[in-house]
Amino acid sequence: MTRYIIRRLIQAVPLLIAISVIVFAIVEIAPGDPAQMYVDPEKGADPEYIAQVRRSLGLDQPVYVRYVSWLAKTLQGDFGFSFRTRRPVALEIGDRLPNTLLLGGVALVMSILIAVPIGIISALKRYTLIDYILSTLALVGISVPVFWVALVLLQVFAIHLNWLPGVGMRSVRVQYEGFEATLDVIRHMILPATVLSLAQTASWSRYQRSSLLEVLGQDYIRTARAKGARERRVIGLHALRNALIPMVTLIGLSVPSIVTGAFITETIFGWPGMGRLGVESINGRDYPIIMAVTMLSAVLIVVGNLLADIAYAWVDPRIRYD
Amino acid sequence: MTETTLPLALEATRPTPQWKLIWRQFRKHRLALISAVLLLLMGVMAIFTDQLTPYDPNANNTAYARGRPQPPSAEYVFGTDNYGRDYLSRAMVGARVSLFVGITAVIFQISIGVTIGATAGYFGGWVDNLLMRITDIFLSIPGFFLLLIISGVFGGTLLTLIFLIGALNWMTVARLVRAEFLSLKGREFIEAARCIGVPGWRLVTRHLLPNALAPIIVAATLSVPYAILTESALSFLGLGVPPPHASLGKMLEEAQQWLRTAWWMWVVPGAIISVIVLSFNFVGDGLRDAFDPQLRR
Repeated sequence: MTRYIIRRLIQAVPLLIAISVIVFAIVEIAPGDPAQMYVDPEKGADPEYIAQVRRSLGLDQPVYVRYVSWLAKTLQGDFGFSFRTRRPVALEIGDRLPNTLLLGGVALVMSILIAVPIGIISALKRYTLIDYILSTLALVGISVPVFWVALVLLQVFAIHLNWLPGVGMRSVRVQYEGFEATLDVIRHMILPATVLSLAQTASWSRYQRSSLLEVLGQDYIRTARAKGARERRVIGLHALRNALIPMVTLIGLSVPSIVTGAFITETIFGWPGMGRLGVESINGRDYPIIMAVTMLSAVLIVVGNLLADIAYAWVDPRIRYD
Repeated sequence: MTETTLPLALEATRPTPQWKLIWRQFRKHRLALISAVLLLLMGVMAIFTDQLTPYDPNANNTAYARGRPQPPSAEYVFGTDNYGRDYLSRAMVGARVSLFVGITAVIFQISIGVTIGATAGYFGGWVDNLLMRITDIFLSIPGFFLLLIISGVFGGTLLTLIFLIGALNWMTVARLVRAEFLSLKGREFIEAARCIGVPGWRLVTRHLLPNALAPIIVAATLSVPYAILTESALSFLGLGVPPPHASLGKMLEEAQQWLRTAWWMWVVPGAIISVIVLSFNFVGDGLRDAFDPQLRR
């Protein structure tokens, strides 16, 4: 197992290098001279001065030299400075990443808690009215655009009923302390977390349904029934535990769609996370942040895939990697 | 002497053609059938949009709107936006853009996926290894953000958008086709074809691909929703379809300012996207059942 993990980690290295080359190339051929971003407007367009800035930034070096030095710095956690705020990129990301992980984590847990029971009910009541209704609802949930659901929920719960705050992560006007502050964040989180978890919940409930159906057709279920185990025990002990195995993989593989969802959801709800930072940095042509956010998202996706495979081997004794 | 003829039951033994079996199964999925009809209607509407729109989708009627969106009325069935532009006409043009982007992007993505998957599965060995590593790289790219970056930084046209959506989403199809090819390659009929000297190219196009067609068609149908949702999400963030075109996502972006007062502005485009996407999902679902011989009774 350890050898497998190490091998996978080594395989991830060329993967991330390839992605970094792509990202670097895009920023490289993007319009606009990065030196202009650092030029002191006081000294204006004096070519001598701009050339000096270029030299000090290392922009006069050939592309591959700059790529290697960028990569070396990135590996040491030095992502450079944001063009807009002039703060180190690492600090900007450090401010935002925990908020994204919090929102994504809560959405993930919500999805599991809702999708698993729905899938179980659908599978146990297969081909009944309730199964059709739940399956159709799941398809609707996959089909409705995330940002539209966000707009509808904003309209209903934040504007019309005024039950929940629609923007940001904390109340601006009031300073809460201790437990009150936590409650404030939770209230702000309800709408974006719901939106972020919706598509996931819908598709997972379908996976859970088919996974349980498959397990219920297995021989050991027939054996359990034949030896007289009660239905509750057959489902709860024999079937469900095995039916949950594919879900473990799904969670790891859902990282890309959660990352994608974060860009949209955080932007609409003004959630101060990495996704919103990414969209803001694109609008502001803030290349150091753009590169850092892309690389970080790629790392999250690679780690998610790896965790999915490891968790799969861990919960399913039939699978052994070596 | 009477001559008795034995009736030869030639008619009865002729096998039902494949497409008839598929159609018979597909017809049973009520929602898929309705969705298919709906999509056909929308397709026809998209082709004749220019003739069918009641108003010019870009014509302002400031005298009518007076700077505020006007609610649905007898003249304007879906109301107008704050410039007095007919919302029905704009929605029709937007739906056409969505369908066009969705379908062409998927055709593009399927061509890449099939080419790569077929090459990897047919040749195996180091070719397979190399192509699958490339697939892994693309699977780890945060595709949506990359789309945002490219369309945000470089701007772009409808064609680059289609190209990018296709170029970033072919991986599932490639893996699917590769797996199909690997399992088909060992079957007897392929061995038989090889034995009688069928050349490699013909083997792929006449023997392997047709047998892998069903999962490819299902995957294609189910990929259209993703492409449409991606386009509308990009447009919603202000980075998708460039300005002269109307787009459902862009209509929703504009509607954000009028959330409180003009419900039709966000209900209409959102509902249309949802119906299109839902229809494709139902049809894909129905096709998957229809292609599955185990479900036929």
